[in-house]
Amino acid sequence: MRRIDYKLIEDLVPDGSTVLDLACGDGELLSELIIEKHVHGSGVEIDQAAVEKCIGRGLSVFHGDLDAGLADFDDQSHDVVILSLSLQQLRRPRMIVREMVRVGRLAIVSFPNFAHWVPRSQLVLRGRMPVSRDLPYQWWDTPNIHLCTIQDFRALCREEGLCIEHEQYLRSVEKPPPARIVAPNLLARIAIFVVTRC
Amino acid sequence: MTEKRPTARKEIGDVAMGYDDDAGNAGIVRTRKVTFDQPGQELALEGGGVLTPFTLAYETYGKLSERKDNAVLVTHALSGDAHVAGLHSANDKRPGWWDMMIGPGKGLDTDKYFVICANVIGGCSGSTGPASENPATGRPYGTDFPIITIKDMVNAQMLLLDHLGIGKLLAAVGGSMGGMQVLELAISHPDRTHLCVPLATAARQPTMAIAFNEVGRQAIMADPNWHGGHYYGGKSPAKGLSVARMVGHITYLSDEAMEEKFGRRLQDIHDYTFTFSADFEVESYLRHQGLSFTNRFDANTLLYITRALDYFDLTRQHGTLVKAFADVKARFLVMGFSSDWLHPPYQLKEIVSALRATHKHVSYYEVDSHYGHDAFLLEREKMEGIIAAFLASGARTYTPLAPAAPAG
Repeated sequence: MRRIDYKLIEDLVPDGSTVLDLACGDGELLSELIIEKHVHGSGVEIDQAAVEKCIGRGLSVFHGDLDAGLADFDDQSHDVVILSLSLQQLRRPRMIVREMVRVGRLAIVSFPNFAHWVPRSQLVLRGRMPVSRDLPYQWWDTPNIHLCTIQDFRALCREEGLCIEHEQYLRSVEKPPPARIVAPNLLARIAIFVVTRC
Repeated sequence: MTEKRPTARKEIGDVAMGYDDDAGNAGIVRTRKVTFDQPGQELALEGGGVLTPFTLAYETYGKLSERKDNAVLVTHALSGDAHVAGLHSANDKRPGWWDMMIGPGKGLDTDKYFVICANVIGGCSGSTGPASENPATGRPYGTDFPIITIKDMVNAQMLLLDHLGIGKLLAAVGGSMGGMQVLELAISHPDRTHLCVPLATAARQPTMAIAFNEVGRQAIMADPNWHGGHYYGGKSPAKGLSVARMVGHITYLSDEAMEEKFGRRLQDIHDYTFTFSADFEVESYLRHQGLSFTNRFDANTLLYITRALDYFDLTRQHGTLVKAFADVKARFLVMGFSSDWLHPPYQLKEIVSALRATHKHVSYYEVDSHYGHDAFLLEREKMEGIIAAFLASGARTYTPLAPAAPAG
């Protein structure tokens, strides 16, 4: 089954555009974008095994560390730059958001919303660091070192002078999103933002 | 239980390591030769003039498919030769120079692919070079041999492909000078390969590499036995060649690799001798490497090949690197090696950026290694899977060479 968050990202990508997928993993999203949206796509990935899978799929992939920025990519060289569910694992998330809008005209960022009521209640009611389906790690071994909330991301965009073109919320990666989520900061498990330089 | 091959020390390039268990499993191979002496087979040289006739020494591994769509050309580096894998006889102790990558089940899987490797023109391992007979005089060319370039090396190998009946390669793979040949092939013969894998190389010979090459050349030319390059039949400039090789070796290693391999260890002694003998292991190693090189390599070939390297500059030739790659059709997998100071990763990334500028299909992988430039000859585990995946995906998208349009 296709992941709903991928499907939603696909809907946000213009047909035939040039796409750079950061932390592209084994290239699943990129492959779908190439098939469904005829994009000219390539990825950036740090893990050897994941790079090997991408290459085996016939994808174009650049082996690199996002924490070092996107120095190998020219200004405005892509229509769309995507960062799917990896923002919270980066050491310098603010820098990478800045880099995304430098390299791409459109940046699509998805992340787990740390203010969702599940992690929120674990912290508030149980007094423990949240462990959930989206964030399945204990505090001492989590790769998720920069968690944020929907409100936090909006604030970052304001500080960076970025325009939020679109926000999309998900309650699950398996189920289609409801038409409308009231109080997304409390009820959305995953958020997808489309941002540009204003 | 499988019987393990005795673990001999291999000196591929430069860092001695144990052989893998599957060393030499490409089997027993024979170096073959083909001489191009027919009309239309003259090699027009980039620096002017024509080389004819000329011979190429080459080896092949695996079987060419009926559709001739599984050929992989491996191009060698400065001191390489056609013997890239396998053994020359049953008791051969030294497999070919990239044996770790070529054989059944290896990165370039000879159960699937037909692998070809030829000694470059100007070489001294069977192909026509300065030690070959000059048809005009009946004596060895020496320095009357014409200056050759990377492009000339590539053009000569295209004639070999014609000879083997191969229109379009599945892939061209090579490191260092071999990588330059891969880049040149993609540019000057865009229809002749589907995939390109340049490793530890550059789109233009870097200044520092020219500098080291010049030291090597000066060492050879300063040897009293060099005699302006016409030393065949007499004593060869072995001292000079040996020093040139020592310099080369240093550039193939790295600070870390030297510390690990030699440190400041002394060679078979407990204290300094307070003389100029080779007290340190690193000295003894370099002397040995330099000397053993003189048994298998011709000094003039080193002059000619380093010159070809130094002249390689795609930017000079095409204006910009982006323009150089504008018309390439091949898909690229570019590999750099973290501790390579001869061709540091930024030189590989330059190639990637230039290809990406015109939306070519290009992937980049940086091998984390402390072996320096030699890493491409050593880091099997870190390279094999990625190269194999690239070839496998390329085999699915390969299209044969379109037949030439009828004249008129």
